[in-house]
Amino acid sequence: MIRPLAVTLLLLAVPVQAQTGTPAPLADTQLPDPRQEAQAKALMETLRCVVCQGQSIADSDATMAGDMRALVRTRIAEGQKPAAIRQWLIDRYGRYISYDPPLDAATWPLWIAPALLLVLGGWIARGSFRRSRGR
Amino acid sequence: MRRPLLWVPLAGFGVLLLIVAVGLFRPADRAVHSTLIDRPLPDFGLKPIVPGKPGLSKDDFTGQPRLLNVFASWCVPCIAEAPQLLALKRAGIPIEAIAIRDTGTDVQAFLRRNGDPYDRIGDDPASATQLALGSSGVPETFLVDAKGVIRRQYIGDIRADQVAGIVAAVEAAR
Repeated sequence: MIRPLAVTLLLLAVPVQAQTGTPAPLADTQLPDPRQEAQAKALMETLRCVVCQGQSIADSDATMAGDMRALVRTRIAEGQKPAAIRQWLIDRYGRYISYDPPLDAATWPLWIAPALLLVLGGWIARGSFRRSRGR
Repeated sequence: MRRPLLWVPLAGFGVLLLIVAVGLFRPADRAVHSTLIDRPLPDFGLKPIVPGKPGLSKDDFTGQPRLLNVFASWCVPCIAEAPQLLALKRAGIPIEAIAIRDTGTDVQAFLRRNGDPYDRIGDDPASATQLALGSSGVPETFLVDAKGVIRRQYIGDIRADQVAGIVAAVEAAR
């Protein structure tokens, strides 16, 4: 009775172990300068965690995200610009890493879609108001 | 039926069904690939992590194509990958390694248990070099040619059926 239980518990323990490793010192420690910390935080909120891809590195508990936060804080503390740090990561991981897409040839449909949908909605509303007034 | 607009919702539903069917039968590749393929290795210099084995720097990638294995002793798929790395080593391919967030004693125990295919192992305590490589997890393996240019990236553990292809890719990179 005890042994199958123990084996089950051991099997359950493996995925937890896969997330070990000590995170970097600056992963969860704020920078002493509040202005720099605010800059770093704003940047972290718009960078994707490459392990848990639906989350920003500010939200993620993955150790890799912690290391990415440490990288952001270290570079901000060195005086680098947030835009330069974002570009450094884009150069390595592609634009997927950034949650802040620039307006260019590939992303314009994304930016223009809300305006188009608003115009379409206005057009439909106009049509239906006119019909009900006619009745 | 003189009103073609009536068919628009059904057509829209048809398109949606098609998109879902394509996504179901050919799921998108969710792996984050490095964009450094066909570009030179970034500058890095890592300290040794186990006694008797040198650390790793960019300058070590000269003379012939090498594999660069990103691994960790705490990584379960790295254990599954170990026999394939040993097979590649036996095929005459030099393999260098970067140990992510690891300790010397843990790496030594890992190598004792799973075999040691590595010529050099660099210590990357905060994933800094891993991030510079555009690598998004462990294990990952890069094929680097004799000029230090990254040729390929293998994401995830190397399976037995990949070994022949990797040997061929290393030959092609010579």
